[in-house]
Amino acid sequence: MSDASLDAPLAGQSSALTTANGQPLKQALMHAQAHAKRRAFYLVAPLLAFIVITFIVPIGQMLHRSVYNPGFSLHTNVSTGVETPLMTNLKVWFKENPDGTEPDEAAFAALAKDLLVLREVKAAGQAGTRINYELSGSRSMFTKAARRAKRLEPPYKEAILDLDKDWSDPALWRVMRDATSPYTMNFYLAALDRTKDETGSVTKVPENRQVYVKLFQRTLFLSILITFLCFVLAYPVAHLLATLPLSKSNLLMILVLLPFWTSLLVRTTSWMVLLQGQGVVNDTLVGMGLLDDGNRLQMMYNQLGTVISMTHILLPFMILPLYSVMRPINPSYVRAARSLGATSWTAFRRIYFPQTLPGIGAGALLVFILSVGYYITPALVGGADGQLISNLIAFHMQQSLNWSLAAALAALLLGGILILYWLYDRLVGIDNLKLG
Amino acid sequence: MAETTNPNAFVEFEHVQKSYDGETLVVKDLNLTLPKGEFLTMLGPSGSGKTTCLMMLAGFETATHGDIRLDGVSINNIPPHKRGIGMVFQNYALFPHMTIAENLSFPLEVRKMGKSIREAKVKRALDMVEMGHFGSRRPAQLSGGQQQRIALARALVFEPELVLMDEPLGALDKQLREKMQFEITRLAHDLGITVVYVTHDQTEALTMSDRVAVFNDGRIQQLAPPDQLYEAPTNNFVAQFIGENNTLAGVVKNISGERAIVQLDNGELIDAKPVNVTQAGERTRVSIRPERVEYRKDRIPDGAHTLTAEVKEFIYMGDTFRTRLSVAGNDDFVMKSRNAPGQERLTPGSQIQIGWMPQDCHALDA
Repeated sequence: MSDASLDAPLAGQSSALTTANGQPLKQALMHAQAHAKRRAFYLVAPLLAFIVITFIVPIGQMLHRSVYNPGFSLHTNVSTGVETPLMTNLKVWFKENPDGTEPDEAAFAALAKDLLVLREVKAAGQAGTRINYELSGSRSMFTKAARRAKRLEPPYKEAILDLDKDWSDPALWRVMRDATSPYTMNFYLAALDRTKDETGSVTKVPENRQVYVKLFQRTLFLSILITFLCFVLAYPVAHLLATLPLSKSNLLMILVLLPFWTSLLVRTTSWMVLLQGQGVVNDTLVGMGLLDDGNRLQMMYNQLGTVISMTHILLPFMILPLYSVMRPINPSYVRAARSLGATSWTAFRRIYFPQTLPGIGAGALLVFILSVGYYITPALVGGADGQLISNLIAFHMQQSLNWSLAAALAALLLGGILILYWLYDRLVGIDNLKLG
Repeated sequence: MAETTNPNAFVEFEHVQKSYDGETLVVKDLNLTLPKGEFLTMLGPSGSGKTTCLMMLAGFETATHGDIRLDGVSINNIPPHKRGIGMVFQNYALFPHMTIAENLSFPLEVRKMGKSIREAKVKRALDMVEMGHFGSRRPAQLSGGQQQRIALARALVFEPELVLMDEPLGALDKQLREKMQFEITRLAHDLGITVVYVTHDQTEALTMSDRVAVFNDGRIQQLAPPDQLYEAPTNNFVAQFIGENNTLAGVVKNISGERAIVQLDNGELIDAKPVNVTQAGERTRVSIRPERVEYRKDRIPDGAHTLTAEVKEFIYMGDTFRTRLSVAGNDDFVMKSRNAPGQERLTPGSQIQIGWMPQDCHALDA
């Protein structure tokens, strides 16, 4: 009887339990844990702030830059901070006239007005550069026209065409129409070797200017090759490490980790010493008479150099996850398989290998993602055809200063990696990953 | 074909030696013959070489010297997978990435058996260990005892004639262990297989085996059925290792046939059965089981020598009484008596006379 009276209220209010003094249980629990949670948050707060400031914000900015370029629409004076909208008259004309309209006198009049503004705020170079990204050779047209903007008289069409006949080029007007809006997907199109023709439909760029897709393909191919080579080389080493007695495996482990602790630059340059035409490998081969002095092997400044040195540099990233998976595998599994009648190959294939899959997955993912974004080594030993996509991103960041294109390329790379990561999760499962 | 010395021999070790480092012998001159259908246990402390012997038989270790024969054929150079020996491992070694049914099916698959035969055999093996409904589970989802049964079923599913077991019950709790002991022996007898079983648990060895080989220091110290091993140990190590044992040190005074007179170190004389002493004047250690020690006059044969003992401690153990005595300078002399009606409970400090049947007391090596 007393049991029943105790059970009844509990069963009835199971959705809203309360504490002894009538406070809702959830609230009481939250209150009780608040202090601990706050303390935990303070502990991670510095790292959180660090990551937000140095990682999330820059990446967000980069992604923003890949679709936003105000070169042709807004000028900011660096010293005063005054912002001047550019090309406002042309923008109006573009709005009133649909895609593909031949520029008339009104259009050139608007252009002449806008050129005057460019001249005043000294923004002709900036605007020209923006157009030049998509139509090379057009920068000078803007600087030249802006310089003479004051002397332009109606009819403007004739006057401007007098300066340069190319002002009537429909492609130029097409690019200018897009560029009057700071938001554009054109950099992504460019990063995929695509462009818009005069009518605004997407087409491939001429064959001699298609670089990025090929480079993405090469990056993907070389990364897969390097990952595979790392796997082939690392598997036996990791197995040896995992099965040797601890004293010997520790020594071997130091040998594995030693290059890991050496500067990347040092390792890459030592590969240069080894692989170059007059390098150690060639000298040895020539010295042994295996190679004619005139036929020294070209092992550097090409894809081979990139593959060799990156495989070496990324090898520990494959060995360590494999080792951590192999170490706890009890040797009695393979023995059991052998006693049950399996040959050593079958025992390996059916029993040992499947148990190392989480390590293979982790190592492969790690090496692949690292090599897809690798920069220094291909830059130093890759030559012309050993360059990866990251080298081109760096080129656009540092030399051509087309940051929007660099950002678009980087965003595509990031997206590609995320897709691969997602695929991996679907196929293998991310919780099967064992990094160490 | 190698000639066999014994036509009944199924497994034979002949002068087998094993060294891992080239400096010490782990197994020293092992000779062992096993007839078909026998349940033999290798018993010994760790490091005595018993597991090494098992591994050599299974093919995971090679003998440094000597010959191992299976059914008359030398198997020294036959790789493990061609020996057709079933094996149960200490940690069961069930393949974690396969289901129970796949585990059992594995030895049949590598023997290239058809799917329907495999399924029938797997089902039969699972039913045999009463695990018929567990085929689709993973090893990690089973308890220790269940994994043990599966490991047993997997070692038996391809119908080997010889099954090796390496401390298979070591990880189970006491109750489960006793149940499995019974089941393993029942299965072995029902199937008529030959079993070589390694353990360091003497109770397991005594209750399960047809014969027990007691290992120490790389040699077989004694190879005998369990009752002989317990009641007639042939040396001091076996007497100490198997069961509880009291020892007294002394010198052989006189041997006549099945009876020896031993003078203990404090001068007292006792009767013993000479086991590995041959002549008077030899130093010896006599061994007597606690339950064979008597203090009641009516149970000590006439004319037998008796010893004076002082009761040190009395422990009530339910079915038995355990009395610790001080006898001839040995303070750890234990007497076990059955809790029979009218059995006296001795008080510490009292003096009693103890004795025994001469054949229960063995004069062994010193």
